[in-house]
Amino acid sequence: MSENTASPKHLPLEALHEEAGARFGAFAGWRMPLTYPAGVMKEHLHTRASAGLFDISHMQLFEVQGPDAARFLSHACPLDAAGLGEGRSKYTVLLNDEAGIIDDLIVTRLGAERFMVVANAGNAATDEAHFRAIAEDFNVSFEPLERVLLALQGPDAEAVLIAAGLDLSDLVFMSGTEPKDGWFAARSGYTGEDGFEVALPVDEAERFARKLIADERVEWIGLAARDSLRLEAGLCLHGQDLDQTTDPASAAILWAIPKAVREGGGFVGAQALGAILAKGANQKRVGLKPEGRQPVRAGALLVNEAGEAVGRVTSGGFGPSVGHPVAMGYVDKQLSEPGTRLFTEVRGNRIALDVHSLPFTPQRYHKG
Amino acid sequence: MSKIYFTPDHEWIKIEGGVATVGITDYAQEQLGDLVFVELPETGATLSKGDTAVVVESVKAASDVYAPADGEITAVNDTLSSDPSLVNSAPAGDGWLWKMTLTDESQLEGLMDEAAYQASLG
Repeated sequence: MSENTASPKHLPLEALHEEAGARFGAFAGWRMPLTYPAGVMKEHLHTRASAGLFDISHMQLFEVQGPDAARFLSHACPLDAAGLGEGRSKYTVLLNDEAGIIDDLIVTRLGAERFMVVANAGNAATDEAHFRAIAEDFNVSFEPLERVLLALQGPDAEAVLIAAGLDLSDLVFMSGTEPKDGWFAARSGYTGEDGFEVALPVDEAERFARKLIADERVEWIGLAARDSLRLEAGLCLHGQDLDQTTDPASAAILWAIPKAVREGGGFVGAQALGAILAKGANQKRVGLKPEGRQPVRAGALLVNEAGEAVGRVTSGGFGPSVGHPVAMGYVDKQLSEPGTRLFTEVRGNRIALDVHSLPFTPQRYHKG
Repeated sequence: MSKIYFTPDHEWIKIEGGVATVGITDYAQEQLGDLVFVELPETGATLSKGDTAVVVESVKAASDVYAPADGEITAVNDTLSSDPSLVNSAPAGDGWLWKMTLTDESQLEGLMDEAAYQASLG
């Protein structure tokens, strides 16, 4: 997450958000809707209860195409791209040579020689340069796409899309398709709810977005609620919970890297990751539940009973669905068991936190 | 007879019988968004003008509310500990933050009245 307030990029549908009364703020170099008049609390709860519409066009789509597409992706990422079935999506990462996390990504196989990569806004330029450098050794094209990307999340998402003329009921969680020329849709999201992410050409986007928001089950949801939703769902935000100084083992996302891929070692960062795994990570990412009502924010230092430094909070705020503060952070491995009591200080007040299993709210993905 | 002052930091101060009641304005609560926590001072604490008296936390961030003048805290709105959303729903009423005696009421001179404050919001 890098903030660039100098000359922010504008969402193609910005006028639609103005019309909806959005309050804007800078995020990752973009002018983004933070909240709408309903407010973060109602937006968050509405998403879990019905259907929330997010404009996430700041995120970057890349199309990977060519005879070496699968080999290229399996080298650039710790991923078995050749083994990924057509229409299947996979959460993966881009690692540097030290196994530090450059970005986290979703890769979807669209055809024998074609993949879609969805990357974080703040890292898009870094990712592109990194991918392009690797692509030089492969027979592959790697192209950014200009699209509007909308996420529709919540239990009513599938029905709303059907009513809007887009039937994606055949998709299961972590799969994707191209419903129309220039469109890409996946059953995935960043809220812990069932839902979809739909990329579409800019000139078709306003009409489609208006159709969705006209449905009484749908409300616009801003970045503030997107953050509280993902935090309750235990999902990482790159730039806070993941960065180039954290590795997949300490970040507790090894589940995203199949054992055979780890052992095969054909990806960038494999050697460093192998060394980390052989030695064991010193720290681990965990959920944290502060006692009481006072939120504990990113950057707070964690100490044990004796007051010794044992970790840090990387994301923290209030969880509207669970009704208490929620946080995430890195702690010494031996203190990573749920129920372990830790402490932090906020403005001179000592606050107790317990290591908590993630997610805080049950994930409700449509696994078919 | 009570008198209400407004600060450029979007606080209101109501003076009644020598005691000041302090809260944040409707504009401020709207800017902050849904509050989830209010950190209140201890009754009896003495504050200097500009000291942080209260911290209000929204889902995303924490913001300071400052003492408008020197004085001593005589009461805090304990209801906010269990229901911080009162500051959003009734910022000028049940969502008041604290009461204080003022060492020198003249420190409030130069603050805005309601008309000037509303005009300052543009």
